[in-house]
Amino acid sequence: MELTTVWFVVIAGLWIGYFVLEGFDFGVGILVRVLGRDEPERRAVITTIGPVWDGNEVWLIVAGAMTFAAFPEWYATLFSGFYLPLFAILVALILRGVAIEYRGKRDDLQWRSRMDWLITIGSVLPAVLWGLVFANLVRGVPLDASHEFVGTVGSLFNPFALLGAATVTVLFVAHGAIFLALKTTGDLRRRANRLASWCGLAAAVLAVGFLGWTQGIRGDAASAVVASGAAVALLAGLLANRRGREGWAFVGTAAAVALAVTSLFLALFPLVTPSSLDPAWSLTTVNAASTAYTLKLLTVIAAIFTPLVMLYQGWTYWVFRKRVTVS
Amino acid sequence: MDTLDLARWQFAITTVYHFFFVPVTISLVAITAGLQTAWYRTGKDKYLRLTKFYGKLFLINIAMGVVTGLVQEFQFGMNWSDYSRFVGDVFGAPLALEGLLAFFLESTFIGLWIFGWDRLPKKVHLACIWMVVLGTQLSAYFILAANSWMQNPVGFRYNAERGRAELTDIWAVLTNKVVLVTYPHTIFAAFMVGGAFVAGVAIWHLVRRPGVDTGAFRTALRLGAVIVIAAGAGVAISGDQQGKVMTEVQPMKMAAAEALYESEKPASFSILTVGTLDGSRELYSVKVPYLLSFLATGHFQGEVQGINPLQQSYEKLYGPGSYKPNIPLTYWTFRLMIGVGMTSAALAVLLLWATRRGRAPNRLLVWLALPLPLLPLFANVFGWVFTETGRQPWLVFGLLPTSAGVSPGTTSGEVLTSLIGFTVLYGVLAIVETKLMFRTIRGGLAGTSPEPDQPDQPDAAGKPLSFAY
Repeated sequence: MELTTVWFVVIAGLWIGYFVLEGFDFGVGILVRVLGRDEPERRAVITTIGPVWDGNEVWLIVAGAMTFAAFPEWYATLFSGFYLPLFAILVALILRGVAIEYRGKRDDLQWRSRMDWLITIGSVLPAVLWGLVFANLVRGVPLDASHEFVGTVGSLFNPFALLGAATVTVLFVAHGAIFLALKTTGDLRRRANRLASWCGLAAAVLAVGFLGWTQGIRGDAASAVVASGAAVALLAGLLANRRGREGWAFVGTAAAVALAVTSLFLALFPLVTPSSLDPAWSLTTVNAASTAYTLKLLTVIAAIFTPLVMLYQGWTYWVFRKRVTVS
Repeated sequence: MDTLDLARWQFAITTVYHFFFVPVTISLVAITAGLQTAWYRTGKDKYLRLTKFYGKLFLINIAMGVVTGLVQEFQFGMNWSDYSRFVGDVFGAPLALEGLLAFFLESTFIGLWIFGWDRLPKKVHLACIWMVVLGTQLSAYFILAANSWMQNPVGFRYNAERGRAELTDIWAVLTNKVVLVTYPHTIFAAFMVGGAFVAGVAIWHLVRRPGVDTGAFRTALRLGAVIVIAAGAGVAISGDQQGKVMTEVQPMKMAAAEALYESEKPASFSILTVGTLDGSRELYSVKVPYLLSFLATGHFQGEVQGINPLQQSYEKLYGPGSYKPNIPLTYWTFRLMIGVGMTSAALAVLLLWATRRGRAPNRLLVWLALPLPLLPLFANVFGWVFTETGRQPWLVFGLLPTSAGVSPGTTSGEVLTSLIGFTVLYGVLAIVETKLMFRTIRGGLAGTSPEPDQPDQPDAAGKPLSFAY
C-alpha cells in the first residue's frame, strides 16, 4: 500500500477511535440532566465516564496532530475552512472539561446544577458540529485552485449537513445511553436502557437516510457494504439492549459508530477534501501529503506506540469495569 | 486591525494564558508524586495528607491547562494555515510525537490516579502518578523541540516547487542545540513556580491557622523553598548557556534584549537603560562592564553584534525590510524575567532562613512571601514573551516571515469573533479557577484515615469517589 494511503487509513482510524470513544461520553454528557433526576444520580452518571473521558478526548488531539504531520494541506484547509464551527467546538470542549473537573470541587447544589448544564451544552454542541463538519467534508466544500476555502459559514448549513448533524447527535445519545445502562444499576439502569431503545431506533432511521444520501453524493460498493454493516450492527445492538444484554448492546453501537465513520472515509477516498467548485481543485491523499521521509518516520512511531496506548487505555476500562451505584 | 494583527493577538493571549497553567502543572505533579513516594516509603500520615491536598490543587490546574491547550493545536490550522502548509512536514512530527507519547499517557494515568485510590494496589497507584510526570516531561520536550525549530530551523531542506520546508533529519530536530538548552531552562523555571506555590500556600496556613497541621505545612514550606532555590540555580546556569546559543543562532534577539545598537567589544550588560520613546537612543543607563560579552560569548572580551550592523547584514541576505523586533518589549521582558526570577529565589532563601530549627514564620514574612507564588510565574511569562517577540519579524527564523503565515481565506470578522470569544471565556474561567483554588487552599488538609480502603473490596468498586466528583 502507498504510504499516503496508509496514512489516510491511520487518520481515519484515529477519527473512528475518537467518535466511538468520545461518542459515548458526549452521549452521557447530554443525558446528565435527562436521566439523572437528582444530585446523587447525576453524580453517578458523570462518574461512569469520569476516569476515561479525558483519555477519549486525546484521540481528537492526536487525530489533529497526525493530520498536521501527515497531511499538512488537509489540516490547513480543514481547520481554516471550518473556522467558526471549530471555534464553537473548542469553546464547548473547554466549558465541558472544566465543568466535569470542577463540579465536585464544591459542596454546593446550585454550583453542581450549573456545572451539569455546562456539561450538557458542552456535549451537545460538539456532537452536532462534528456531524455538520463531517457531512460537509464528504459532500465537498468550495475550494479554489490553491485549496483555499472560499465559501461562507452559511454554505455549511445545507440539508445534507443538517441531517448529518442530527444523525451523529442522536447516534451518540443512543451510544451514551447504552453505556450508562451498562455502567449503572437499579432504576437509573432501567431508564437508560429504555431511553436507549427509543433513541437507537431514531438513530437507525436517521443513519439509513444519511448514509444512503451519502451513497448518492459519492460512494462505491465498499462504502455501501460498510454502511449497511453499520445499520445491522446498530439494530443488533438494540436487540441485545432489549434483552438486557448491555455489554453486547454496547459492542453493537460501538461497531455501528465505527462502521458509519468508516463508510464516510471510504466514500471520501482518495480525496480528503473534495472541492465543490471544480473536482480538479480537490485535495487528495497525494497532493495533501507530507514527504515520504516524514510519512515513514510517522509510520514507525505510530506502529510502536498506538498498540501501547490501546493497551493501557484498555487497562483503564478494565480497572473501572464495575458498575457505579447511586449513593 | 487586520487579520494578521488579530491572529497575532489571539496567539499571544491564548498562549500566555495557557502558559499560566503549564509550569504549575509540570512542577506540581512531580512534587505531588514525590510526596506520595515519601508516604509510600515512610508511611507517615502527613505525606499522604499533603499528597491529597497538593494533588487536588494540581488537578484544578491541569484541568485548565488541558482545555486551554486544545486551542493551541487548533489555532495553527485556523489562524495560521499558510504557516501550517509551510512547516507541517517538519513541525508536525514533534507535535505528533507529543500527542501519541505524552498526551495519552497524561490523560489516561490521571484518570487512573484520581479514581484508583481505592481500587489499585498502592505501588501501582504510585506508579500511575509517575507516569503522569513522565507524560508532562515528554510533552514539554516535544513542544519545545517544535518551538526551537522555529527559532533555529535544522534538519530540513527547502522545497521551492512546493514552497515548503521538508524534514530530512528528525534527530537533528530533536537534538537542536536550542532545545537542548531551552528544555532544562523551562523545566527549572517551572519548578521555581511549583516550589513557590507549595511554599506560599504552606506559609499562609502556618500563620493564619497556627497550630493546625503545623508539622505538615512546615515540611511543605521548607520543601517548597528548597525547590525554588535549587531550581533557581538551574535556571541561572541553563539561562547562561541559552544566552550563548541564542547569540549564536539569533544574534538580533540578543542585541534587542540589550538594546545594543552598535557592536561592542567588550560589551557591557545594562542593568537599566532609559531610552527615547522610539527606543533608538539611550538617555540614562547603569551598566556592568564586560558582563554582556561573557554572557553572550563566554569570553570577557568577546564581540557582541549590535542591532544596526545586523539589520544591514540581514537586508543583504533577505532583501529590504525591517528585521528588528519590538526593542522596548524585548529589552524590558528580558530584564523583568531575570529580575523577578532572582527576587523569588532571594525570598525563598529568606523563608528557609527564617524557619530554621523549628522557628515559626511571622506575619511580616507572610506579607513578604505573599507575592512569592506569582513572581516566578510572571518571570516565566516574561521569558516566553521575550523569546517569541524576539524572533519577530520571523515565524520561522530566516525562512518564513510572520505576515506570510496567516490564513489567507480567514476573514478578520472570524478572527475577531474567536478572539473576543476566547478572551471573555478565559476571563471568566480565570475568576472561577482562582476562587476554586482559594477555596481549596483555605480548606486545608483533609483528615485522612491512616490506611485507605483495601483494593478489590466489594463495596469499594461501586462507590463514587469523594476525591473526584
